[in-house]
Amino acid sequence: MLVLALLALLQTAPTPPGEDPVAPYAMSDANAGGRPFKGVAMLEAFNGVAGIDRIVDDLVTTSQADARIGDIFKGQDMIRLRRTLREQFCVLLNGGCRYTGRDMATAHKNLGIQAKDMNALVENLQAAMRREGVSFPAQNAFLGKLAVMKPDVVTR
Amino acid sequence: MSPSTVAGCIAKLVVAITVVTASPAAAHEGRAGGKLMLTNGVTTIEGSSGGGISTWALIAGNETVDGIGGSAHVSVILLPDYRWESHGAAIGIHDRLELSYARQNLDTRDVGAKLGIGRGYTLNQDVFGAKLRVVGDAVYGSPYLPQIAIGAQYKHNLDPQVVAAVGGRNASGTDIYVAATKLLLRQSILLGTTIRYTKANQNGLLGFGDDRGGNRTVQVEGTLGYQIARQLVVGAEYRSKPDNLRFARENDWKTAYAAYAISKNLTATAAYVDLGSIATAERQRGGFLSLQTAF
Repeated sequence: MLVLALLALLQTAPTPPGEDPVAPYAMSDANAGGRPFKGVAMLEAFNGVAGIDRIVDDLVTTSQADARIGDIFKGQDMIRLRRTLREQFCVLLNGGCRYTGRDMATAHKNLGIQAKDMNALVENLQAAMRREGVSFPAQNAFLGKLAVMKPDVVTR
Repeated sequence: MSPSTVAGCIAKLVVAITVVTASPAAAHEGRAGGKLMLTNGVTTIEGSSGGGISTWALIAGNETVDGIGGSAHVSVILLPDYRWESHGAAIGIHDRLELSYARQNLDTRDVGAKLGIGRGYTLNQDVFGAKLRVVGDAVYGSPYLPQIAIGAQYKHNLDPQVVAAVGGRNASGTDIYVAATKLLLRQSILLGTTIRYTKANQNGLLGFGDDRGGNRTVQVEGTLGYQIARQLVVGAEYRSKPDNLRFARENDWKTAYAAYAISKNLTATAAYVDLGSIATAERQRGGFLSLQTAF
């Protein structure tokens, strides 16, 4: 039964337009790597789903142009990254989305990310949240969700 | 402290900053540093990274596991009856091992005359420290696993005749400690504690142990901070102390501090300190100011 249930989860969703196909994987909000915040306070602090989308766009654009970590994104499917990152942030901030991306370990496998790369991304995220007007305590609370993912992201 | 000493300190800091900003950029091609702001802590009066008076589990410098960083600092404490100045440097190797040195100078001013060592006599001490991060990450990973480090500080008092005169048993000694530090991002709260095994009298400036024995005792340090902004942490620290000497009481230390990262390479710390009774001079409360540069 369990095996059948797992197989059912292993969806081969159609590749969204503009994205490259990826190997099949089990879709689950659990892949987002953390439990969502309760209530709407955090979502409001991020100015709702629209605010999250602006922050993700800012983060991705800034990071691609960042001399410290820009090379990591070269050759990656940036359309898919923007979409799944928006979904992930939205799920964690209890914005009523579904996360359709892979889990953090699979998504970052073989990228060779170092601790300072993750810190650089965190700095870019802090700047994006600041520009969106997210309060500092809310910024830190959200970073706390991402902080536990470091062992899956930093592999080198 | 005389104006010339202050000028000397500033000159040292300027040299340190110049050295710091000149070299790593070329060596790492723009990938120098890497720690998030303030997550290297500031420098304690004993030269290891921490708060102002409490040693934390953090490793000095801005480098991560992938590099070798370092820091240099100057600290001044103005008290009713004393003036304190300390300076030093530390290196942080792969965010794992910290090696530090600090020179402590305590100007006894009028108390010196009272104690018979001469007005303005300055007590001096060298502190050599080593700290090893054993497990955990102060910022990342599980919020329930703090960064834990073990360390030792070898303190060498340069005024053995004063140590003997006040009843100190030894002019040098070694503190050993274990420290745990965690930034709770969910709450923006910084928590830390250090258990120290020491026989140092007033940090070692009055020697180690007394004429009845030289045994170490267990002392506790605690720190509680709140991160207001990316560049600003405010908090308080507490440090219990031994009370070995017969000629004078020794009290626990308390501080309330604000640490501000002017840039990734420069942090200023200001604090109100209550150091209690020091060598018969009561109620030593005053101001602490420290500048640290890190790379």
